Amino acid sequence: MLETTWLILWGLLWGVYFMLDGFDFGLAMLLPFLAEHEKDKDTIYHAIGPFWDGNEVWLVAAGGVTFAAFPAAYAVMFSSLYSSLMIILFALILRAVSIEFRGQIESPSWKSFWDVCLMAGSLVPAFLFGVVFANIFKGIPIDGAGIFQGSILTLFNVYGIAGGIFFVILFLLHGSLWLAIKSEGTLKERSGHLSRRLSRAVTAVIPLFLIVTFFQTDLFDNYLHTPVLFLIPVVVVVALVMMLVSIGRGAWWRAWFASSGVIAATVIFAIVGLYPNLLPSSLDPSYSMTISNSSSSPLTLKIMLTVVLVVVPLVIIYQGWVYWLFREPLSEEDLPHEIY
Amino acid sequence: MDALSLSRLQFAVTTYFHFLFVPLTLGLSVICAIMETRYVRSGNRDYLRMTRFWGKILIINFVVGVATGLTLEFQFGTNWSQYSRYVGDIFGSLLAIEATAAFFMESVFIAVWIFGWKKLSPKLHATVMWLVAGASTFSAFWILVANSWMQHPVGYVIRNGRAELTDFFAVILQSYSILTFLHATAAAYILSGFFVMGVSAYHLLKQQHTEIFTKSFRIALVFTLVTSIFTVVEGHMHGADLADKQPAKLAALESVWETQSYSPFYLVALPNLKNDGNVIEFGRIPAVMSILAHHRPGATVTGLNDIPADLRPPVLPVFLGFRFMVGLGMLFVALMIYGWFRRDRLESSPRFLKIMLYAIPLPYLVCLAGWTVTEVGRQPWIVYGLMKTSDAVSPIATSQVGLSLAAFIITYTLIGIVAFILIAKAVRQGPESAGKETI
Repeated sequence: MLETTWLILWGLLWGVYFMLDGFDFGLAMLLPFLAEHEKDKDTIYHAIGPFWDGNEVWLVAAGGVTFAAFPAAYAVMFSSLYSSLMIILFALILRAVSIEFRGQIESPSWKSFWDVCLMAGSLVPAFLFGVVFANIFKGIPIDGAGIFQGSILTLFNVYGIAGGIFFVILFLLHGSLWLAIKSEGTLKERSGHLSRRLSRAVTAVIPLFLIVTFFQTDLFDNYLHTPVLFLIPVVVVVALVMMLVSIGRGAWWRAWFASSGVIAATVIFAIVGLYPNLLPSSLDPSYSMTISNSSSSPLTLKIMLTVVLVVVPLVIIYQGWVYWLFREPLSEEDLPHEIY
Repeated sequence: MDALSLSRLQFAVTTYFHFLFVPLTLGLSVICAIMETRYVRSGNRDYLRMTRFWGKILIINFVVGVATGLTLEFQFGTNWSQYSRYVGDIFGSLLAIEATAAFFMESVFIAVWIFGWKKLSPKLHATVMWLVAGASTFSAFWILVANSWMQHPVGYVIRNGRAELTDFFAVILQSYSILTFLHATAAAYILSGFFVMGVSAYHLLKQQHTEIFTKSFRIALVFTLVTSIFTVVEGHMHGADLADKQPAKLAALESVWETQSYSPFYLVALPNLKNDGNVIEFGRIPAVMSILAHHRPGATVTGLNDIPADLRPPVLPVFLGFRFMVGLGMLFVALMIYGWFRRDRLESSPRFLKIMLYAIPLPYLVCLAGWTVTEVGRQPWIVYGLMKTSDAVSPIATSQVGLSLAAFIITYTLIGIVAFILIAKAVRQGPESAGKETI
């Protein structure tokens, strides 16, 4: 029971991470397509500025919780995925410094250099997280000793690449919706227009991904076994419909919340499908890392549960306050020369 | 080189680099919070300009710390998977608590501080900086508790082929944790104080913005005087604590080879490269080592000869790192005491100001030396007495680690250079002119 609770919490942390950092990634990838002049770029940077760092901590928390609750799975997962995780890491480092360094020197070439770094530093993790998670859903070749019998290329199978593209499209939409909230005038119009187009892509891609998932993974087994769980993919579909309706009405906040729901519920759908695995082995199911062969001691799980149940609600409150504080669309006077 | 040596090198490179930024964040956030509180209390806009000047430097520094911190959490799994499996039950939880209880707060509120000048009342804005400072120090606490557990594991039992937690409070409240936390935090505060005094000295020597930099210098002087004296006393207790807990490390710190009572201290000593004795021993003072370690002249101090050669740390770097750290630590106290008497005549003390300017790098080197003592002094163990570093590495291809190490060296060098240039630029630019604060 304790282990199952932790698997659900683990899924929630990843779900929240992708739902929050997803819009940072998406918006950064859209930088060259949405920004027509310098001021637009400043707006986009300011739309990410107050949020990205707090959002990224959900990744640190998800990683830390993997380590704390399922150390053996953390060990096998991170060492098996060495190269892809390192690339994600370098990209995230690049993204962080781009956001901070760009505004420090007033020079067009300096700024455009960091713009490129920001885009690369967002596209690469968005895509690779998709690849990595798709491979986790499908299973990777780990042997009985937890040693990875493959290379980084092993991950770039059809399903892995599909996962990468899926994440990128979800995040692009999520980012353009965020800009529709945070901008005014023509930039808002452009991002709203782009949101409509991207929402059609997302609508097409979600069923497609579910079908491929059905054939490529065992994620649906739990659902067929316990049909009540189908409520989770139903949440995905309901959120998707709400998003489409809200985009049609130009209700950007509601659309963004619905898009957040789509992302988080999709991740949770997959992790519930994984149960009781955290990392299935494609060589032999008995080699899989599961909640029973990789979890921490009951004492640690209980202490960590207490900590998380006390602290995470607080985090949600103060982080929610920050979103509330910076909820208004950015106007001219918000932009120039704030120190950052 | 194999995956083990490369992973060790990579860990050293990434941790040292990360720790070039962490201490300034820890201390400068407190100093900024003090300055902003003075602004709120007095309404004197000089304090506002000070806060914004130092805050800008803090932010550049902060982000590099954040960006390079992620590496460390990933690395335990990518490069040290055997270690992670073995200790995750305890070590992993400490990292997870750090992330959820402290790092979240630090990261969320620094953004509020940066972007919230117009949105928050001055009082609330200053409070936010206190939250950032408090969360940073709280974050350091958990990381140092985790490190202390590697130095002196407590509150566990070996079960199911790994270390499992039995007593959570024994882990966080053991004296090793508390002493390490106080030591590292105080060192970070000293580094930050020296940074603020050095930069202030730069402007005072140029006789510009004297009002602001005299005030900054004095705040940092008091801050550093207190913390540097504290660190010397606390550092001695920390060292003496090692006598019971890590005798091999203590012996390496002082290059003590013979186990004996009335153990002597040598004013000048140098361990040899073969790691089996000293090449130089000079200026023998009887019983001083016994007094330092056990506070009794007759106490027996364990020497390295009684520790099997394959369980000894490499003595030379530990010994040199220790002498360097202690020597400069004493120098810092002397400088601060001297500075205290010159605090009202800073502008007419150009020589002192020049020394303080050129002293900026010294605490950085001391911090790196301190970590060398701590980490190299623990070898060959990754968890003292429980697990060898050589058993901790992941079963990964050497080429993978070679590539990532090369990438770290290149990326970090570039980021380090850019961060240095940007901080230097912000320093040279000085504070915003009076009445022109763009908030």
